[in-house]
Amino acid sequence: MKNLWLILTRYNAFFLFIVFFGFAYYLVVQNNTFQRASAVNTSNQLVGAAYAKINGWKSYLHLSEDNALLAEENARLKEQLQRVMAPDSLAQGTVVDSIENVQYHYIVAKVTNNSIHQKNNYITLDKGRVHGIQKGMGVISASGIVGIVLNVSDHFSTVQSLLHSETRVSAALEDSKAFGSMTWGEGYDARVGMLKDIPNHVKVRKGEAVLTSGFSLFPPGIPIGKVIETGISGGDSFLDIKVELSTPFHNLQHVYVVDDLLAGERTELESQNENNG
Amino acid sequence: MAKIFVYNAVRFLVLVILQVFLFKNIGYYNLATPFPYILFILLLPVGIPNFLLYCIAFSTGITVDAFYDTLGVNAAACVALAWARIIFVRITLQTDHYESYLTPLWGNVPFRWYFLYVSVITLFHHAVLFMMETFSFHQFHYTVVRVLLSCIFTVVIILLFSLLFYRKKQR
Repeated sequence: MKNLWLILTRYNAFFLFIVFFGFAYYLVVQNNTFQRASAVNTSNQLVGAAYAKINGWKSYLHLSEDNALLAEENARLKEQLQRVMAPDSLAQGTVVDSIENVQYHYIVAKVTNNSIHQKNNYITLDKGRVHGIQKGMGVISASGIVGIVLNVSDHFSTVQSLLHSETRVSAALEDSKAFGSMTWGEGYDARVGMLKDIPNHVKVRKGEAVLTSGFSLFPPGIPIGKVIETGISGGDSFLDIKVELSTPFHNLQHVYVVDDLLAGERTELESQNENNG
Repeated sequence: MAKIFVYNAVRFLVLVILQVFLFKNIGYYNLATPFPYILFILLLPVGIPNFLLYCIAFSTGITVDAFYDTLGVNAAACVALAWARIIFVRITLQTDHYESYLTPLWGNVPFRWYFLYVSVITLFHHAVLFMMETFSFHQFHYTVVRVLLSCIFTVVIILLFSLLFYRKKQR
């Protein structure tokens, strides 16, 4: 203890320098937007690269589960494809759809960092601007929705997870088609979310599926979860519905970023409403 | 003692005012910008306690920052300057010197020492200042050129100032 004190007094110039310089550095980063942005960016790239490395190793541990999931998805897709390709004698020859009308484009990405225990959770993906990801795109997994792209760098992007106090996704009930907004709600259990703003008169069945409505960034009909508890009245005339989320946020590995090719056109058209109103 | 305080206070006011109203607008493109306000910190008495020196340097930097809209950048540079000054004084002066209230101004000290003192510490200050301002190693050679040219500019202005107030040795 005495020696420590001796060192501190002997080299007080250096230690005082550290203290004052640290404070000045803090001020610079806090108060100058450019410096803050680049400080965060530098760390982001470092951290992102490190996470990518570790996840490269970690992903081997999940290989079998992932394979099973992918196989399952493959089967489901094949089934759908079959339905489309099934020889339909009525349709054949009469309908020629010459317009390539693809609205959604999917970009496969791997999760390099994930959190579920914070109040506001974020996910980092290993794809970025060069792969065509842009701010505000939706992110889904094989089993449900994941979140919304928040920030994009050249090779990484961060996603505001559904497990975030400010994420709202337009969602609809399967049977009644009534739509509300999907939130995390109480915000501590990664498996449970809250569907809000469903009117009181709508009959909600336990176990009913909740899907995306197609009004927001996500394609319609992507599963979100199942109703597990109904009838919690949050306000006067709205139901609050507890939903068991179908996405396994705790072991998320592969996700798809949804590129809505018509999003620009739609927002442009919709913005005109506000101008005239 | 009171005299030293008044001298330094006046020096602070004059140099900061000159810096923010005059030298802020002077520059050779973006390559050389003078910061002669650091002369104030350079001319504080040799024997000033370290902590006081750091406090004064920090607040001077913050004052200039307030006018430059770069909160913290000049403060960081000034703190680095204070450290460089402490080290330089400890290495080059004898013990009895660095416990006195001597103002290290040309006339009180030999020119060669004064020139070295000003240029080394200015270089240190400018290096930190421009690194904090650029805040990246991108185009590092450009930053280095800026540091060197600005350093020459500042040193010339500081020497001119010193020439104005040059008096024959009082001791």
